[in-house]
Amino acid sequence: MNTTTAETFAEARKKYKKQGQAVQVVKRLLQNRTAIVGMVVVGIIILIAIFAPLLTPYNPNTLDPSNAFAPMSLAHPLGCDNLGRDTLARIMYGARWSLALGLCAAGFGAVIGLVFGTIAGYYGGWVDSLIMRILDVLQAIPGNLLSIVIATVLGSGFINTVLALSIGGISGITRMLRARILSERSAEYLEAAASINCTTTRIMFGHLLPNTVSPVIVNITMGIGATIMQAAGLSYIGLGMPTSTPEWGAMLSSSRGFVSSYPLLLLWPGLAIAITVLAVNMIGDGLRDAMDPKLKR
Amino acid sequence: MGKYILRRLVMCVIVVFVAAIIIFTIMYFVPGDPVEIMLGSTATVEQKDALRASLGLDQPFLIQLGTYLLNLLQGDFGTSYTYNAPVTNELLSRLPYTLLIGISGIIVDVIISIPLGIYAALRRGKWQDTACTVFAMACVSVPDFWFALMLVVIFAVNLQVLPVSGIGGPRYFVMPIAASALAGIGGLLRQTRSGMLDVMNSDFVVTARSKGVPEGKVILQHMLPNALIPVVTVVGGHFSRCIGGAVIIEQIFSIPGLGAYMLNAINTRDYPVIRSSVVILAAVTSIVMLVVDIVYALIDPRIKAQYSGK
Repeated sequence: MNTTTAETFAEARKKYKKQGQAVQVVKRLLQNRTAIVGMVVVGIIILIAIFAPLLTPYNPNTLDPSNAFAPMSLAHPLGCDNLGRDTLARIMYGARWSLALGLCAAGFGAVIGLVFGTIAGYYGGWVDSLIMRILDVLQAIPGNLLSIVIATVLGSGFINTVLALSIGGISGITRMLRARILSERSAEYLEAAASINCTTTRIMFGHLLPNTVSPVIVNITMGIGATIMQAAGLSYIGLGMPTSTPEWGAMLSSSRGFVSSYPLLLLWPGLAIAITVLAVNMIGDGLRDAMDPKLKR
Repeated sequence: MGKYILRRLVMCVIVVFVAAIIIFTIMYFVPGDPVEIMLGSTATVEQKDALRASLGLDQPFLIQLGTYLLNLLQGDFGTSYTYNAPVTNELLSRLPYTLLIGISGIIVDVIISIPLGIYAALRRGKWQDTACTVFAMACVSVPDFWFALMLVVIFAVNLQVLPVSGIGGPRYFVMPIAASALAGIGGLLRQTRSGMLDVMNSDFVVTARSKGVPEGKVILQHMLPNALIPVVTVVGGHFSRCIGGAVIIEQIFSIPGLGAYMLNAINTRDYPVIRSSVVILAAVTSIVMLVVDIVYALIDPRIKAQYSGK
């Protein structure tokens, strides 16, 4: 008798676990055609980024003056740039930089935003006011401009660009999470956690954050796309990555003198950015619907 | 209501002031000596010291910050390192171009996205709705500066119907405004659509229909004003994005706006110019956000009631 009860209990638990929120979200996400297309495209881009050296025989940085401005051909499917570097190779290697910049900057900004948001929402009072006023000031400066100023101060390079870009995402995420937490603060599970002597840090980041973070995840995903574009913008004006780097924005920057003579040089990197960002946004859009099916109308 | 506006106005001034302090502080720690840049490496130590003293750069940080803020309050933005000329006049002569592009961008956004958003909501679930959603997503996913470059390639280089760059008649501003409008369309369209969907099945719409109000009137007079309330708040945020994007767009089209001024200053490490441009643009953004908030309070009777009661 006892064993059967235990068995049914285990089974029930298994079944219950299977129906957990995360699983349901993933299930719904997999039913969303747009999201699947987005995931496939992003998957392909990630694979290209990883296996770039196997996919193209060219080194993205090898100069070959004899091939300068070479048109599209079998040997160079997308042609060559002004210094004879293979455009396709540079775009493939560029996926590494653009994806890494987008993920790192959006991720870093998100972490800061989540910590700020949790602290502001949990403590309330003057801590909340202080954080919110800081955000008011940050929000007054257009995000692009702040990134430009920080990039100017820090100089170019990967880490510096990530730092400059991450600022932009902080305030939106903080605000959203804070609002969610404010409405969740009096929930019983928090009281329960406090009553069994959980530390404040554990209540905040172990209980409160996991229960409130889901709508913010959509924002973070969308932030990745926006950050990839911003990164390209920074490199374009000569701040982000150095122009010699095979990064999509830097490629646009180094070919901007050829708008009238070789416009194709400007077409490919931009298309690469647009396709990547679109795919990321499609996933974010699908996630939004999957997280809250009520919103899908 | 007056009290609300006053309180927001004071907040706005404080925010811009603190933003100026932050920008000054960040720029203070830029590596490299501006005096070195101004005089070149051939200058003697005495020359450098003299210039440093005349610019006040030999003072401690807090004194420099204090002087900067005092000057700022009097409308003096300092002296450009490269041109050795006061920044204020230059800023004021350039600001209108940036505002023209930013504000026109927002207006184009509103003109395109609100009707499309309404249309998408009314055709919800049909192919027209999907088309609008895809269009919105595409607009958000294309970098505005690249869109600007492609516009140049298509309309200026190949079709030759629009001038490549520079300023002049309205034709010169078509592409810059189109490029700066691009990013905002997606967000506004989405917001309008979901705002419309929110009110579509509400009781007052059912009531209006049941008493025989014509459908067009239901949409325009009953649904739209309610659906647009959240849209107004989005506009402020988009203006900030438009201004941020205008910086690069101005450079592409050689428009002598604040953004181009600032980017040139970045190349020459002309810090007073960078600093002042950012502060001015932050001030403009804050004012626009303030106006948006006031409009929001004015059109939403619920918020208005909150403040008029006090």
